[in-house]
Amino acid sequence: MTGKTSATHFWQGNEACAEATIAAGCRFFAGYPITPASEIFEHLARRLPQAGGITIQMEDEIASIGAVIGASWAGAKAMTATSGPGFSLMQELIGYAFMTETPCVVVDVQRAGPSTGQATKAGQGDVMQARWGTHGDYTSIALSPNSVQEMFDLTIRAFNLAETYRTPVVLLADEVVAHMREQAVIPPSNQIKITNRKKPKPTDKAFFNGEDIAPMPSVGEGYNVPVTGSTHNEHGYRFTADRTVHEKLVKNLIRKIRDNAGKIVDYESLNVDDCDVGVVSFGCTSRAIHETIELAKKKGLTVGSVRLKTIWPFPEEAVRNMAKNVKVIVVPELNMREMFYEVERVVHGAVPVVPLNKIGGGEMITPEELLAEIARSVKKVD
Amino acid sequence: MRDIKLPFCPGCGCLTVISRFLRAVHELGHKDLSKFVFCSGIGCAAWIPSPHFKADSIHTAHGRSIPVATGIKLMRPDLNVVVFGGDGDLAGIGLSHLVHAARRNLDIAVFMVNNMIYGMTGGQVAPTTPLGTKTTTTPYGSFEHPLDVPSLLVTAGASYAARWTTAHGEQLKEAMKKALATRGFAFVEAVSPCPTAFGRRAGFKDVAEIVRWFRESSVPLEEAEKMTAEDLTKKIVVGEFVYRKISTFTEALYRTIREAEKSAETK
Repeated sequence: MTGKTSATHFWQGNEACAEATIAAGCRFFAGYPITPASEIFEHLARRLPQAGGITIQMEDEIASIGAVIGASWAGAKAMTATSGPGFSLMQELIGYAFMTETPCVVVDVQRAGPSTGQATKAGQGDVMQARWGTHGDYTSIALSPNSVQEMFDLTIRAFNLAETYRTPVVLLADEVVAHMREQAVIPPSNQIKITNRKKPKPTDKAFFNGEDIAPMPSVGEGYNVPVTGSTHNEHGYRFTADRTVHEKLVKNLIRKIRDNAGKIVDYESLNVDDCDVGVVSFGCTSRAIHETIELAKKKGLTVGSVRLKTIWPFPEEAVRNMAKNVKVIVVPELNMREMFYEVERVVHGAVPVVPLNKIGGGEMITPEELLAEIARSVKKVD
Repeated sequence: MRDIKLPFCPGCGCLTVISRFLRAVHELGHKDLSKFVFCSGIGCAAWIPSPHFKADSIHTAHGRSIPVATGIKLMRPDLNVVVFGGDGDLAGIGLSHLVHAARRNLDIAVFMVNNMIYGMTGGQVAPTTPLGTKTTTTPYGSFEHPLDVPSLLVTAGASYAARWTTAHGEQLKEAMKKALATRGFAFVEAVSPCPTAFGRRAGFKDVAEIVRWFRESSVPLEEAEKMTAEDLTKKIVVGEFVYRKISTFTEALYRTIREAEKSAETK
């Protein structure tokens, strides 16, 4: 709970996410039960009505994201939370939210897939789905928390980014971060930075498809706004065949994220200026990095780390700069290579990039396993 | 209405539905549509409000008008939330949302324009297509039973459900008025001619022949109750399927929120 003074809590990750939702000003949550995300909904079902907000269990995940989009157009900050199978179902309307520039937050607590996979076990296989899960052309924002503290902090940030850029934002968590309990320090509410969407002036007529991010009216405010997932001009009118309107719309959707990537991108660097080996990691997997660095020191190896807090847009500069100082980069992840290809693309042959993959059973990549891969990789390039 | 060209084919029943709806709104005393929000999905009927009505209109993805309408209504219970959609949109891809909205008795009005076909995509079989009808995906005749949507919604828990055809303009308008005035979930099916994608292949010469068929095959609900299921397969049952006063979703939800807020204050 946030109040006038800062407070220290011993929270579960999902609980921290739910509390951040309230602190961010969200007053609408629609969801459908799914492991390992349900605690977010359960916590909000108890807490959000106390703050005057609404939670509703919809008939499926498609309806959940649909209700979130409706609530957002009715003026609310709105969120849903799910895991892989539900995230797949939501992709249709996540695309609608991109196209109609509807701010909303979608939490995907990743588990092992594909399909039902292992419902209670961690995975990191939705990296590319968070980027390009729905059809067509667009670009996305996805954040990757690696602690209970970040389940709070990055949930707040997800809402702020959604409101600033009028876009769906994915909080790409995982079962480990969502279910573990650890300390979270919550600042006093007046020190939490909250961003709200830009509202139109009474004379405004253009609510979409702008060079700058257009102001967003709500229904019932008298703007008579037509909202459509079809190609539309700045007033919301459909153009189902015009090439130039489509091109302008889609390019603006992409540009508003890409041109602001410098402001959106967030990462944590360790030791990058003075190391032999670089590690690029995110989410639960990145929790092994501190111990790995210490273990490596004892073996005479210096290891640097770039930990991604935004995975999309990808922190290209940080990874490219690290590549200048290291002999090799290792990319550990709980999937069969997703982030690896992005790192390889950015490094562009400057140094070898080595994947370290582990899947199933919810088992983490241990510092010892990461260290072993680092040692193997160094040997290969030396 | 906005001063822009309507996209509907000559003879399309959507035109009748628009005129009956606007007349209903006018007779209820609304001077404009400022207290309305319209939601629609994909298909010809989804283009009735969007962007032609001078009002807020959310033209969603195929079948998803009702979830979006749910989010709007819960946040803004003071607004009249009205859904327009076709039979494919609401009773095909979006059927589960329709049933659950009726179950919740969500306070919205849903107007389903049933042209018995997927019109916009070129005349494919719909969940409402009469048995034996030739369509582009059933060139030898449809082999599926059509769905009786108002009856389904009575079972699901709707406050109001009715069916008329565009040949019953006055009754259709009155049903729309009643739906808009109903507290809780209200549903009106308007059986509607599609000369382009349905009538042509189903063997109708022109739109007048379809409307004549509507008139001649329509059976009031009271008479239909005395008929056998087999006799009814070739009929269109019209009338008011249910009208009842039961607690609505927004009433129950907001009562719960007030109680939760109070319990938080007293803690």
